[in-house]
Amino acid sequence: MTEAIPNPGAAMLDPQDSETPVVEFSDVSIAFELKPVLKNISFSVERGQTLILLGPAGCGKSVLLKLANGLLAPDSGFIRIFGREITTMPERDLFALRAHIGMVFQESALFDSLDVEDNVAYRLHEEHVPEDEAHARVVEALKFVELEQAIDKFPPELSGGMRRRVSIARAIISQPDLILYDSPTGGLDPITSTTIIELVMKQRDVSHTTSLLVTHRLQDAFTLATHRYDPAHGMKAIAKDGPDGGVDPGMKFLMLNEGHVAFHGTTEELIHSRDPWIREYLD
Amino acid sequence: MAFQSPEAFLKQYISAVQDYSILCAAAISALFTRPRYWADIITQMDSIGVGSLPIIVLTGFFTGCVLALQSATALTSFGAVSMTGSLVSLSMVKELGPVLTGLMVSGRNAAGMASEIGSMKVTEQLDAMRALGTDPIRKLVAPRLLATVFMLFFLTIIADAFGIAGGALMSVTILGLNASTYLHDSYRGLVHGDIVQGLTKPLFSAFIIATVGCYCGMKTTGGTQGVGRATTQAVVISSVFIIVVDLLVTRAMIGIFGS
Repeated sequence: MTEAIPNPGAAMLDPQDSETPVVEFSDVSIAFELKPVLKNISFSVERGQTLILLGPAGCGKSVLLKLANGLLAPDSGFIRIFGREITTMPERDLFALRAHIGMVFQESALFDSLDVEDNVAYRLHEEHVPEDEAHARVVEALKFVELEQAIDKFPPELSGGMRRRVSIARAIISQPDLILYDSPTGGLDPITSTTIIELVMKQRDVSHTTSLLVTHRLQDAFTLATHRYDPAHGMKAIAKDGPDGGVDPGMKFLMLNEGHVAFHGTTEELIHSRDPWIREYLD
Repeated sequence: MAFQSPEAFLKQYISAVQDYSILCAAAISALFTRPRYWADIITQMDSIGVGSLPIIVLTGFFTGCVLALQSATALTSFGAVSMTGSLVSLSMVKELGPVLTGLMVSGRNAAGMASEIGSMKVTEQLDAMRALGTDPIRKLVAPRLLATVFMLFFLTIIADAFGIAGGALMSVTILGLNASTYLHDSYRGLVHGDIVQGLTKPLFSAFIIATVGCYCGMKTTGGTQGVGRATTQAVVISSVFIIVVDLLVTRAMIGIFGS
């Protein structure tokens, strides 16, 4: 039960502009309590691309994702999302911008006091979408993550994998133009991790949504790079003798080490990198 | 625990005061601008107001009882035991009703707010809320602030009434006073300024309870241990603030009304 408010940022946005990079970091640095976490980070993500963020624990991957969503502000540098500078944007305008961004948090971050339906429909309720339409869209999103039977459950009743799937449903319900996945397989068993990666792949290949995915599991990153979602058979390996040479050309990798960009490039470039630190990390 | 330099210590506290002031300003601003979360406001009114009713009734009633017995002991030596009603009503309405209600609600609700919002903070639910386009100050702080200010006002009136009733019970059953005399004396002892003073204090106490509780919750770090720490801090800080602000309001009211 809230009063409607006009969306001041919506008219200025153009997330469909295919020329502008969806995400652009330019010389971004941030420190917490004088300890530098990210130093002079620059990269961009084009429309439809998936960028995998790799790196050891504590290297600033999650911080980078929060910066991309405007949840943190950098100490220096610029961040542009859909071509709009967000580093100096007021929070009120950021709320409008975030209507085009979905985010899956590391520990799911579901609202404990709301059931699955209200969690998934949270954004729709905020946007005053009629109840019938909201329910239909929730069911559709839960079907996408194959969890429609859990619609009445509360988060504490769900397993870790189910929470992650509800979190994905909540992120995709508004059909965002950018999805940020913060370690979606972290702390899950290998079978559940594969299910989650398959969902990420499905979203990538069905909706072609631009995405940033943080992971410290190399197998998840390479599964995404070497497999496609096939509606008939689910996850399917990309043919090595095909035009793409066994890897998804829309995938790029960004590796962070001690706050710096250690690598930024394609799957092929990563595999054939001769950098000793990257070789050690991959091995 | 590592030692902090005096400079770092001072900066930390000035930063905390700045953050608290910004939170208060944002919460007040959210009350006067859209969107407003009416369902959350009503839920909080129920939780803070109706939920605190039993402890407020019990605290007010037994404080009134004790006050009657203690004051009668002192008044007997002056042969003024008939003034018990006046003393109980003045003490309850001007001081004990507002302060004790504030402290009880602080113990119950500032702690509740800090632990609830603190748990949301450490599990990234506040970030998720912002990512989903909702301002946590508007959704969580403003409803609690409005509900506390509104409900603490009425809880204080209830505590005053039960305190006077408790005093009446003791005066009639133990001190042997006439009930009509006690109530008449209680009513006659109060003037307009006393009521205004007694009902101004809960407005300040409520503001302190809601803003300190929410601030401690929103600044929580360090997992479940941090939530416990934030809860304790919320109760301690809000209780001390309530007593200090009570002194300032009392002095200001004496300046305005002269007694």
